[in-house]
Amino acid sequence: MNVVVCVKQIPDPADPGALNPDHTLKRDGKLILDESDSYGVEMALQLVDKAGSGEVTLVSMAPNGEVAGLRTALAMGAAKAVLVSDDALAGAGALDTAKVLAAAIKTVEGADLVLAATESSDGYTGTVPEQIAAVLDLPSITFAKSVEIEDGTVKVQRQTEAGYDECEAPLPALVSVTAGVVEPRYPSFKGIMAAKSKPVENLTVADLGIDAGIVGWAGAGQEIVDVAPAPAREAGEVIEDDGDAHLKIVEFLDGLKVL
Amino acid sequence: MTLSKVWVHAEVTPNGDVAPITLEILAKAREIADEVEVFFGGDGDAIAETVGAHGATKVLATGDLDGKLQGVHVAAALAAAIEGGDAPDAILAGTTYDGRDIAARLSVKLDKPVLTNNTDVEVDGDDIVVSTQIFGGTQIVKTKFAAGGPAIALFRPKSFAAEETGDGEADVEEIDVPDTGRAGEAKLLNRHVEETTGPKLDDAAVVVAGGRGLGEAEKYEMIEQLAKLTKGAPGASRAIVDAGWVPYSYQIGQTGKVVKPTVYIAAGISGATQHMVGMKGSKNIIAINKDPEAPILGIADLGIVGDVHKVLPKLIEALEAR
Repeated sequence: MNVVVCVKQIPDPADPGALNPDHTLKRDGKLILDESDSYGVEMALQLVDKAGSGEVTLVSMAPNGEVAGLRTALAMGAAKAVLVSDDALAGAGALDTAKVLAAAIKTVEGADLVLAATESSDGYTGTVPEQIAAVLDLPSITFAKSVEIEDGTVKVQRQTEAGYDECEAPLPALVSVTAGVVEPRYPSFKGIMAAKSKPVENLTVADLGIDAGIVGWAGAGQEIVDVAPAPAREAGEVIEDDGDAHLKIVEFLDGLKVL
Repeated sequence: MTLSKVWVHAEVTPNGDVAPITLEILAKAREIADEVEVFFGGDGDAIAETVGAHGATKVLATGDLDGKLQGVHVAAALAAAIEGGDAPDAILAGTTYDGRDIAARLSVKLDKPVLTNNTDVEVDGDDIVVSTQIFGGTQIVKTKFAAGGPAIALFRPKSFAAEETGDGEADVEEIDVPDTGRAGEAKLLNRHVEETTGPKLDDAAVVVAGGRGLGEAEKYEMIEQLAKLTKGAPGASRAIVDAGWVPYSYQIGQTGKVVKPTVYIAAGISGATQHMVGMKGSKNIIAINKDPEAPILGIADLGIVGDVHKVLPKLIEALEAR
């Protein structure tokens, strides 16, 4: 069972975000593995393990040839990675990102299943996995809270507003997984050392046979026209609990007539 | 300037009611377009009256999808209708599970960009411009669609207020779902609706939310108790959902639910920007955190710097005594 996992390498969410003058997100510091993707990587490793054979390949699109996040996922146990890095991709939107990732996935032979997070922790668009499935003409099930493989079929519990739906699709298929779908492992020291020499193939947009004019700023089909601070919500009263703060809360709630 | 026509995705709740987000977007659609039609992955007759009363003139319905997933099939039906000459200027949907899937598939079929998580849309001359919030809601980014129509835009819940127009039932037009081949082979076998007692997070007047400051899973019980006592709904930060203390349906924030209750009580939540995105529209915010620098205290109407393990039990006792 061969699984491809799409992973994103993003600015550390602990650092305050910033925009470049052209309004794109600043991505020039170290980029780390998006926490959302640790679930996809772990899920893939477990599925390959259960199947008894096969491997996990990572696919990522990142600026500046960044591999730090990939090394983390390789340290968890993925076998190899395909990285697409190209200045032409600056300003990419969801659709062109999906086209690039789909093309990169196509270079991985024998993939039975493609996994991705439901959305990235810096972009939150939440459509790229399904867009990838559309470009690759694969059946897909998104927002999975559990994933199992049985006889060439992927069986998924798909999160809904009211609970979950039991779904299934024949392999090859694409599944996007929610946070908490599995408990991601911490890379072991041995894994971290091994990751340093695992293969990372570097590809450009041209290598994928994609015209630079349909990706990045040129191809995203959208233009940022304004960035402005949102109206700020200010604090009201802040008090220290001296043993009676709960009474203040009751008083506050009474004032609003919610009790 | 208004657009001539927009399509709005209609979704229904498990009991068949038109979802609040659909009605919210319909209200906005009416502001920016002369004609508003609704598209639906199901039986159009079931929703024609409600969407008509909110200003939609037509329901483009696929009919019962019989276990087929919405994303591929509704998108294929819309793409076929558009190819047949019936193209709207914009296609609007909620940033929901099915909304995202349909928009994604459609975006690839039509080769048009999709922008999600928007909180507003305006028509500026010939341009459709959407607003979204970034960096935890501190900055508003306006983006215009620059690839020609239709613009595909998804909106966060509670961005707009639903409004009835008093109009009659919408016409129902059945749209064909073309063969989608392999891509359409995923299927829905069974729906599971989680039983919840008490008000839902989406509608509750009071929301009581807990975070990592509670210390351990067992302590979340205090949140449930407080929610019951205030007739509110319990909620959670992503941290404790990821830790497995409560299910994902409790999650409030960027990747969870957006709530706008009359009162939001945050206990043991520091106020990560992604959490605040989900609740800063609350009318009144009470926050309890032992860290005086916790960001949530910066937006609370009543902030208590204190230990939740001391404040909550006393609060529960005081409310129980009433």
